[in-house]
Amino acid sequence: MKLKVLPSILSSGWSTTPEQALTPGCSKMASLDRVKVLVLGDSGVGKSSLVHLLCQNQVLGNPSWTVGCSVDVRVHDYKEGTPEEKTYYIELWDVGGSVGSASSVKSTRAVFYNSVNGIILVHDLTNKKSSQNLYRWSLEALNRDLVPTGVLVTNGDYDREQFADNQIPLLVIGTKLDQIHETKRHEVLTRTAFLAEDFNAEEINLDCTNLRCLAAGSSNAVKLSRFFDKVIEKRYFLREGNQIPGFPDRKRFGGGTLKSLHYD
Amino acid sequence: MSFLIDSSIMITSQILFFGFGWLFFMRQLFKDYEVRQYVVQVIFSVTFAFSCTMFELIIFEILKVLNSSSRYFHWKMNLCVILLILVFMVPFYIGYFIVSNIRLLHKQRLLFSCLLWLTFMYFFWKLGDPFPILSPKHGILSIEQLISRVGVIGVTLMALLSGFGAVNCPYTYMSYFLRNVTDADILALERRLLQTMDMIISKKKRMAMTRRTMFQKGEVHNKPSGFWGMIKSVTTSIPGSENLTLIQQEVDALEELSRQLFLETADLYATKERIDYSKTFKGKYFNFLGYFFSIYCLWKIFMATINIVFDRVGKTDPVTRGIEITVNYLGIQFDVKFWSQHISFILVGIIIVTSIRGLLITLTKFFYAISSSKSSNVIVLLLAQIMGMYFVSSVLLIRMSMPLEYRTIITEVLGELQFNFYHRWFDVIFLVSALSSILFLYLAHKQAPEKHMAP
Repeated sequence: MKLKVLPSILSSGWSTTPEQALTPGCSKMASLDRVKVLVLGDSGVGKSSLVHLLCQNQVLGNPSWTVGCSVDVRVHDYKEGTPEEKTYYIELWDVGGSVGSASSVKSTRAVFYNSVNGIILVHDLTNKKSSQNLYRWSLEALNRDLVPTGVLVTNGDYDREQFADNQIPLLVIGTKLDQIHETKRHEVLTRTAFLAEDFNAEEINLDCTNLRCLAAGSSNAVKLSRFFDKVIEKRYFLREGNQIPGFPDRKRFGGGTLKSLHYD
Repeated sequence: MSFLIDSSIMITSQILFFGFGWLFFMRQLFKDYEVRQYVVQVIFSVTFAFSCTMFELIIFEILKVLNSSSRYFHWKMNLCVILLILVFMVPFYIGYFIVSNIRLLHKQRLLFSCLLWLTFMYFFWKLGDPFPILSPKHGILSIEQLISRVGVIGVTLMALLSGFGAVNCPYTYMSYFLRNVTDADILALERRLLQTMDMIISKKKRMAMTRRTMFQKGEVHNKPSGFWGMIKSVTTSIPGSENLTLIQQEVDALEELSRQLFLETADLYATKERIDYSKTFKGKYFNFLGYFFSIYCLWKIFMATINIVFDRVGKTDPVTRGIEITVNYLGIQFDVKFWSQHISFILVGIIIVTSIRGLLITLTKFFYAISSSKSSNVIVLLLAQIMGMYFVSSVLLIRMSMPLEYRTIITEVLGELQFNFYHRWFDVIFLVSALSSILFLYLAHKQAPEKHMAP
């Protein structure tokens, strides 16, 4: 089945642009702008379930390991309920793997970190190590020190200053809330509050198998909406004033720059 | 009196080994996970401690440290404890943790883990039937029965690992086999990967927008459930959802492609790093070692074939033979007893240390590759089981490398096993493993360049 479908895609796929509407009512699709948000975290914390929940409003039935990167798209109404309401596409890039991967895997992952507009850091509330690894994940994505051979240099030390002048909005999400026993809940939530403060970010704690956690109108949904609004603002509305440097093109291979293939 | 002193020395060393195993577990294996069940850590460290004690006793045997009778006692006791752990405790806990992961059986965990353990024991017992490892005069529950089976499994593992290691080591060290990878190749692959991601994104955008318009129009986008739902979906087809399933299929195929491209790119990066490394001084040194090891590997394969074909079993150990050669052919006279003791100590020591280190490194790599947060406990216990069996059979096989006077203690302690069988079995499995590794590496090497040459 896959083999039959693939050639038809390869021949027609790149020529099919968003302007060609396929279903009625999609004519406004062409005019929608988009933003790119990374979803980072250790393997097994529930990033794929989270992305599925955010984009398709369904619980992921059979989660399996993410190899490479899987993308999903959420349609978001910026400034919902106000006259300036506008719809945007939010691309959620779920990058798989662990912080301790081989440097070749890290170099390959780095290709996904180009022109990022927002980062969601996911950790497992039942596993302290996954929370600690978030520092290394954020450094890997935000890191601007690249040795010309293409190997990322992370000294692993968390530097508050690096986060102080960081322009990319962050959001910290803790998963598997249902597996924390009632008595330990307070201690765990205090710890995660400190974590979110370190990143200068909001935090959401939820259970990815429960649809009601992100029900419209709940505090979680409001925080999420605010985060996406902030990402869109930084990307589209603050450009006129001061030029946000955005994410610089990475220098690789001894001086050549990799052209960003996303044409904004 | 001397027995007490000896025992206290043994116990101190065991505590030291236990501590080392504990640290290794925490720092290396479980680096990225949180230890919630301390039982697992304890079992792993205990297995490690008792396995290392066996090697320590061999060294003491050669160096004639401690009293002979207390050494014998400690051998026996150590052996009993190790067998107890390998045959009773670890399999039971493996069963217990497997059952704990399955939600359905959560209530009757103990019952099901006992059942699993009984199944394991049954197959473990059956393992002894096809092999001529025992003489019939042994009872059912004697040490020899258990050791012989543990030995078979352990020797198989050792031979598999040695065979693969002997072939893989020169392949990775030598730069002759490195494919030529340029920066342009990597850039081209990355561009393809990003293009594929863009295609996936555009299709997902269509799907998301379709779902949204359907939701706004009040159509429920759920799979038809139940009997009447299925009947209804045959007659009335919702155009939106039909489109969605078609696009979903295309997306699935594209995602599979993106995964493959990702893995290929990672592979190219790894090869490029190896090329850069081979140009450094260290790299050149390892390259030279690679040539040396490939000759050694060929020699070992050759010897294994000779042993099997001519049904030959070596009677003397390398140390004594080396000394014989130097004395008889080169005419150098020296004190045989003194030198044989020290040389065999060094040789055996090197073998022990390298095999422990090699095994721990392999286990760590294996653990990182296949474990996840759910299965980490089970995998660590499996690794502890493998490690215990591996070390027990190393003791079995190391007997061959020691001069006659030191072999007696092992023969006495382990009972009357058919040692020759184990050596023959090792040679057979080693040969099979080495040849299949050569075939496998050849195929992998041939297949790789074709993937990248295609535009």
